Amino acid sequence: MDFDPFVLSRIQFAANITFHIMFPTITIALGWILLFFKLRFTATKDETWMHAYFFFTKIFALSFAIGVVTGITMSFQFGTNWPGYMETVGNIAGPLLAYEVLTAFFLEATFLGIMLFGYRRVPGWLHTLATFLVAFGTTMSAFWILVLNSWMQTPQGFEMIDGVAHATNWMEIVFNPSMPYRLTHMLIASGLTASFLVAGISALRYVMNDRGPVVMKTMRTGIFIAAFLIPVQIFVGDLHGLNTKEHQPAKVAAMEGLWETEKGAPLVLFGIPNSETKQNDYAIEIPKLASLILTHEWDGELKGLNEFEGKHPPVGKVFWGFRIMVGTGILMLLVSWAGVIIVTKKKDWIKPLAYVLIPMAFSGWLATIAGWYVTEIGRQPYLVYGILTTEQALGPVKGGAVFTTLMAYLGVYALLLIAYISTIVYMAKRAGDGGNRDPENTKTQGIERRAGIVGAE
Amino acid sequence: MIHDLISSGDWLPVTFAFLMGLSMLIYAVLDGYDLGVGMLTAFASDDEKDSMIASIGPFWDANETWLVLGVGLLLVAFPLAHGVILSELYLPVALMLFGLIFRGVSFDFRAKVAKHKKHRWDKSFFAGSLITALAQGYMLGAYITGFADGWAVVLFSCLIAIAVASGYCLIGAAWLIWRCEHDLQIKAVRWMKQNLAFTCVGIALVSASTPFVSARIFEKWFEFPAFLMLAPIPALTGALIIGLYLMLRKMPLNKDRLAWAPFAMTIAVYVLCFCGLAYSFYPYIVPNALTIVDAASAPESLMIILIGTLIVLPILIGYTLLAYYIFRGKAQELRYD
Repeated sequence: MDFDPFVLSRIQFAANITFHIMFPTITIALGWILLFFKLRFTATKDETWMHAYFFFTKIFALSFAIGVVTGITMSFQFGTNWPGYMETVGNIAGPLLAYEVLTAFFLEATFLGIMLFGYRRVPGWLHTLATFLVAFGTTMSAFWILVLNSWMQTPQGFEMIDGVAHATNWMEIVFNPSMPYRLTHMLIASGLTASFLVAGISALRYVMNDRGPVVMKTMRTGIFIAAFLIPVQIFVGDLHGLNTKEHQPAKVAAMEGLWETEKGAPLVLFGIPNSETKQNDYAIEIPKLASLILTHEWDGELKGLNEFEGKHPPVGKVFWGFRIMVGTGILMLLVSWAGVIIVTKKKDWIKPLAYVLIPMAFSGWLATIAGWYVTEIGRQPYLVYGILTTEQALGPVKGGAVFTTLMAYLGVYALLLIAYISTIVYMAKRAGDGGNRDPENTKTQGIERRAGIVGAE
Repeated sequence: MIHDLISSGDWLPVTFAFLMGLSMLIYAVLDGYDLGVGMLTAFASDDEKDSMIASIGPFWDANETWLVLGVGLLLVAFPLAHGVILSELYLPVALMLFGLIFRGVSFDFRAKVAKHKKHRWDKSFFAGSLITALAQGYMLGAYITGFADGWAVVLFSCLIAIAVASGYCLIGAAWLIWRCEHDLQIKAVRWMKQNLAFTCVGIALVSASTPFVSARIFEKWFEFPAFLMLAPIPALTGALIIGLYLMLRKMPLNKDRLAWAPFAMTIAVYVLCFCGLAYSFYPYIVPNALTIVDAASAPESLMIILIGTLIVLPILIGYTLLAYYIFRGKAQELRYD
């Protein structure tokens, strides 16, 4: 059997980053939700907020651990499989990654210990501060990595000397044209992922007959955050699309399945892009709508794939990824808004709502991954747009070795995913069986904490 | 020599080599103790396992971040070396990553799954720690030989793998002596004695073989007067090991006095070994192939990172100390609430 190290390395990188991003997508926003629970407790002294905090802290810890270890894998992949990347753009990617480690990784990793296990050892404000710093750290990490990714999509602020990129203007590098859109889009995506997860797990507890105030509070929190964020996300997503049209028109052409440059281009609702005949089979289209959305004019001109012969991304994957993302977004809109109406006005409908929220628990993963496939596959054949093709970055790895590690990664990831989901289900079940905080402990913790403070002085 | 460096503009790559080395050393000490504790769980009862893991629970995540920083600095400051080293070490790196994955997630899963599944995660915690340590040792061995080929090299690297794993157990046991009580502490003393012997063999092996792998290193160590200047490194290492041996025969001392001392002494051994290795390899970053200066990134990019590092490092050290202060003393049960 012949193993192509290029294809296998790409699949391996895709597998690694796909599995990795699932967990930070949860933790970036879940950190802020935890801070919200903690602040609600501080403001109201209502113990149920603390129950909510401790329950979701465990899910946070589990997600964070998987995110950390799969993230370490990423940092090694650059060297093992794609050394050409750092050799060419290392002068730019390097400092950005270094700042991520320095300003984000240590911060979140250190304060995570205090946030998870320090509640009885430190004063309340310090514990709240630790929670804040963990949330802040995860967000900083997202900031740096999205700066780098956006720079790979819309590079500027550098010059090429002997085939190596040298930074000329760091402000231009950091605030490159697609960064504000991509960062906002991703942070909101994280918010939606975490809020649907919180709502979904609460719904699971609800149908397992755990219907106390904790579950109702967390379910409402999840639904309200989602209902607020989803319209914002649709708006930001639209802006992001307009930005992409300006800087990476080939990607937009693939997203829209637009083979020929056209004025008044139709919106393809459904179709199967056929790269042989260069048209969409079985297409269902709404005339002129794509032009209207992307140029805000009925007869605006959209560039087709014909303009980027040999330099456009594979159409099918981008086209479908985009539709899966948008479709999931619409579903999120319907479910979260229906959810708001039900939890505020139609309380007898909560049970059917719960049965809808449970399968939606991981809908954020689906939309986020599909969206990332659109933007990453949409950048192909480039690794850094217009500067470095993915093929040029490949290192001297052997196909057989990559095949071996790829299979191992896939096996490990499947195992971890099963363990992760089944453990969440188990924790949800156990929380309902009284595995929550022992009331005795709640009473003593104030004194113990006081003693801790005195000891510290 | 220092004046030459500054005037030639090579001080920046050398500074980064120093920072990278420092991160790797801090990593070896910090993750070394928690990997060591992970390996030693194989010899502990279920309750002891809980105490052992509780002693490292608040720290392991930040400890591992030093690896990301070390590799990150290699990646950003020496992209050419990063490519060469990691391509050469493709499979051991992959193996280490699997080890780290299993170890990292086991921490969390073992505390959260149903009781009857806990043993599985305990096993994977042990296996992950062992695999990580062995893979890192193997990589060190391959690095020392300059990524040479042949069975002798593989055998040598395997021996170094065992030595490093044992070195981690040594510092892990030292940590437990400091952070645990009663029977577990007594057990930790025994573990430390056993691993002291293994580690000695490992250090002797590296020290004896490195000069013979390369004539250049041989000359660096045995020419006069460098030989005299360097003599304190092996002498102090030897003295510390003998000191440790004598001390461990009496441990644990009355009223738990000096429980921290074996840990501190082991760190000193790590530092000395590291200095020896660093001296051997300087100025190369890939032994006998690529020097620090040749492999470095553009100075303007290094400068940007250096400024950030100098600002962040004191803050980082500050909150790391805060975490160690908060979780000081004997390990207690880890509770979320």
